Amino acid sequence: MKKIATGNKAVAEAVRQAAPGVVAAYPITPQTEIVEQIAEFVTGGLMPTRYIAVESEHSAMAACIGASITGMRTFTATSSHGLLYMHEMTNWAAGARLPIVMANVNRSLGPGWNIWAEHTDALQERDTGWLQVYVSTVQEAYDTILMAFRIAEHNDVLLPVMVNLDGFLLSHIMQPVDTVELGDFIPAIYLPYAIDPKHPAGYGTLTGPDQQFKFRWDIERSMRDSVKVIEETGKDFSKRFGRNYGFTEDYLCDDADVIVVAMGTLGKEAEVAIDLLRKEGIKAGSMRLRWLRPFPKLNLKGKQVVVIDRDYSFGRGGILATEIMAQTKEDLYSVIAGIGGQEVTYDDIAGFVRTRHMGKEFWFGVNAHV
Amino acid sequence: MFEIRIHSRGGQGGVTAARLLAMAALHDGKYATACPFYGAERRGAPIVSFVRIDDKPIKVYSQIRQPDMVVVLDTSVMDTVDVLHGLKKGGRIFINSAGKREFSDFECRNVDLTGIALRENLVVSGSPILNTPVLGALARMGIITAESGKLAIREMFSDERNVKAADAAYKEMSA
Repeated sequence: MKKIATGNKAVAEAVRQAAPGVVAAYPITPQTEIVEQIAEFVTGGLMPTRYIAVESEHSAMAACIGASITGMRTFTATSSHGLLYMHEMTNWAAGARLPIVMANVNRSLGPGWNIWAEHTDALQERDTGWLQVYVSTVQEAYDTILMAFRIAEHNDVLLPVMVNLDGFLLSHIMQPVDTVELGDFIPAIYLPYAIDPKHPAGYGTLTGPDQQFKFRWDIERSMRDSVKVIEETGKDFSKRFGRNYGFTEDYLCDDADVIVVAMGTLGKEAEVAIDLLRKEGIKAGSMRLRWLRPFPKLNLKGKQVVVIDRDYSFGRGGILATEIMAQTKEDLYSVIAGIGGQEVTYDDIAGFVRTRHMGKEFWFGVNAHV
Repeated sequence: MFEIRIHSRGGQGGVTAARLLAMAALHDGKYATACPFYGAERRGAPIVSFVRIDDKPIKVYSQIRQPDMVVVLDTSVMDTVDVLHGLKKGGRIFINSAGKREFSDFECRNVDLTGIALRENLVVSGSPILNTPVLGALARMGIITAESGKLAIREMFSDERNVKAADAAYKEMSA
């Protein structure tokens, strides 16, 4: 049934349908609406869930770890400083192979104190072993949360999944969303190494130099195996519910000379810029990256590439641009735009393409090519 | 694409008006998005919210700079805010006001929504409710259908006085 909902409410509705055994969370702008709505569902008897209101995000993730280790489906949501406060525990969740699903509402990091959209928060979690996906519409947020549970809990994966949505731009916008009859799309959770509290056993004892690398390699093996699971899950989702999601969303890329690569709402707005450019005779296309981990093979051969980063790694460059440079030899123009919620319109994006300086980096609003 | 900017004060329901408008457009078989301006909203301070309506999915997230229409729920914001800023030439204006107003280059319509709300006893915490009657006015201006406006109101509010107020605004709009 089609309704109008915010990105946050759509995430909460998907979580209600996935019915985790435990949700442990701490509120933070602009994520708060997600956990408020879930708490309302729980107290209203609409979810068979134990909601643990914790005193910090570090504890939220620790509580999810504790619940997940007993084989329970778990969910949490956070943003920005909350996510970084979890950082020690996010590493633990992946290392302990726990399929926790988290919604992260992307927000800048202070100082300056800023509550608006930026991807640097999630990208600082890039190397933790979490799968990461970035969405661009309220519908996609809802659909991706449903898929995230199935992917995380698949026994070829058993890794946590972070679903990212842009602060305010997506968390607070109201758009149509078509909810589904879930049926058996997400199978019952089964963790092969779950701890049974009635028959306690100890895990996680000292791991020596002759063992640690094996556990690390095992995470990487599952990360690679997750590619197939993501594809299968997307296919089954499309078969059941009629909406298609891949690793990227490609718009007019086949015959394009220049391709814009971006994540989140900027990647969606880029499609409007492509329409403008095509009318001017510029053969442009847009490739919106959904999955950052595992990082997909991007088909950019023979194209000029304009990468828009709503993030930055100081002393190196745009994080997405750097990732793409490591994979392709194609000419690349790196644009840093949208930091801390900086307004970026489709006209601006079209401008980046028109005035592209291949091999250069451009900070939008600073107006200097370096 | 038809783009609307709604001016009100924090607490007057401008954001809810945007939401109801998007819901009504959806009932009309269109695509719609609604969003507040993302700042630090305070009760009583002038705020804006935005609605986009189109026949195809809407991919734009940036703010509306050149609206096709401006809706003013509280004329007192006009003292400090240029509500006509960026309004397209020939654009449309709706003002919650008992008195008719004229603007060159723009088509301006008005209804006394505050009076209707007070008459229907649609008052919450001392403030008249404007976000449901405004749907009647906007239906009269052809932005949504009256039927879809009522459907949207009933989805969100069980109190039928909201629908009655929208009906009254529809009927009272000056020609």
